[in-house]
Amino acid sequence: MAPGWGGTLLVGLLHSLEIAIGATCLGLLIGTAGAFGKLYGGPVTRDLLAVYTTVVRAVPELVLILLLYYAGTDLINQVLAAMGYSRVDISGLAAGIFVLGFVQGAYSTEVIRGAILAIPQGQIEAARAYGMPPGLMLRRITLPAMLPFAIPGLANLWLIATKDTALLAVVGFFELTLATRQAAGVTKAYLLFYVAAGVLYLAVTLFSNLIIGRVEAWSRRGMPSVKEAR
Amino acid sequence: MSAEATAINMAARASIWLKPHRIVLILIAFALVLCAALFMRWDWLPQYWEMGLMGIWRALWILAVTSALGFALAVPLGLAQAGGPIWFSAPAKVFCTIIRGTPLLLQLWLLYYGLGSIFPQYPWIRESWLWPYLRQAWPYAVVALTFSFAGYEGEVMRGAFAGVPHGQLEAARAFGMSRWKIFRRIWLPQAFYRALPTLTGETVLQLKSTPLVATISVIDIFAVSSKVRQDTYLTYEPLLLLALIYMTITGILVFAFSRIEARIPVKIG
Repeated sequence: MAPGWGGTLLVGLLHSLEIAIGATCLGLLIGTAGAFGKLYGGPVTRDLLAVYTTVVRAVPELVLILLLYYAGTDLINQVLAAMGYSRVDISGLAAGIFVLGFVQGAYSTEVIRGAILAIPQGQIEAARAYGMPPGLMLRRITLPAMLPFAIPGLANLWLIATKDTALLAVVGFFELTLATRQAAGVTKAYLLFYVAAGVLYLAVTLFSNLIIGRVEAWSRRGMPSVKEAR
Repeated sequence: MSAEATAINMAARASIWLKPHRIVLILIAFALVLCAALFMRWDWLPQYWEMGLMGIWRALWILAVTSALGFALAVPLGLAQAGGPIWFSAPAKVFCTIIRGTPLLLQLWLLYYGLGSIFPQYPWIRESWLWPYLRQAWPYAVVALTFSFAGYEGEVMRGAFAGVPHGQLEAARAFGMSRWKIFRRIWLPQAFYRALPTLTGETVLQLKSTPLVATISVIDIFAVSSKVRQDTYLTYEPLLLLALIYMTITGILVFAFSRIEARIPVKIG
């Protein structure tokens, strides 16, 4: 067993985290826009968003990743060719973030929509009564007020994102699972490396849980605690 | 009376669908499907449809077996965590945390490549009656997917067992029921009704996990579509058809579960 493979795993882990963070951020952007479209958009926007969330949640991530990966890179290259540029190789990182972010967006649309619906309606009415423009109301009232309702769901999505990065191994992106497979294949120490990768993923999950607990407590500041309410 | 009511219901449902913008959207979708059917290449279908049906059957078989086994495993896992002594609850909690904290793909490869490389080193395993099975890929796929389902559903069952009101169990004890009888007649059925709504989502998630078994050479519908892509050099057609197949199966699953849920009377005290 070569000593250098531990470093390879860590590089893989770093790539996994980069993609997970990027995809979660993109997913949050799509999710916020999608939730507002679903709640306040016109009938066509609503129907299109319903199709988006239903299809993405009904088709396996692996199939979506393959479809979006090929379709996305093809589309960009065709646009570039039409504009007279030469073909480019899309970096695996960008493609991975785009693909997973698109998938995450569908789930976070539903989470954020539910969270906005859980805000006491009086708060939004009060903001309107003060004459707040929609942008200010979003920033000052809707987003902070929905946060405590959205964080458990969004935290779940973050954990799913860290684990879904493993699927990019199938398209050949060098992240933790593929790094593990290469390390194991070369050294023949299969069990050791797979267990090591499992420990790394688990460490990410447990560490995230720790942070999420803190963030949740912070977002609930000033609200009556759940335990006391019982 | 009821026939009339259903007729009115149907008319109401139809009027929801027949708003002008919906008609336009449906027509656009129809046109897209028509374009896909006319302008894309589908001449490979006659050659591969038999293999495809076989793949669908295999995916459904894996889904059914692993969901059933996983649920059977989730009940003791949930029970141990909800009310078991520490030497039962701690291992169950560790199991659920590990399964839920690592990617299924990694678990699958750990079992198939990791354990699969360990087994042949022991002669007594190679001579045992299990060896013909251990040399194939599907037992590893079934075990990994079963554990995955059990890990996620075990957590749900823990909440469901803990959510059954104490008064129910105390009343059963006051009737002089034995512990096993309380579990069988009171605790398990009520916990099951509580967990039922999540079962739909878990089963759909499980369906969406099945294509991963193709990465360890089990020929399910995903593997068939990969083979078509390799043989014909087509990128989109097999993948689009595959997405459609999964969507159809998901739709059928959701519909079937909603029927089952409607049949079970909601009496959660």
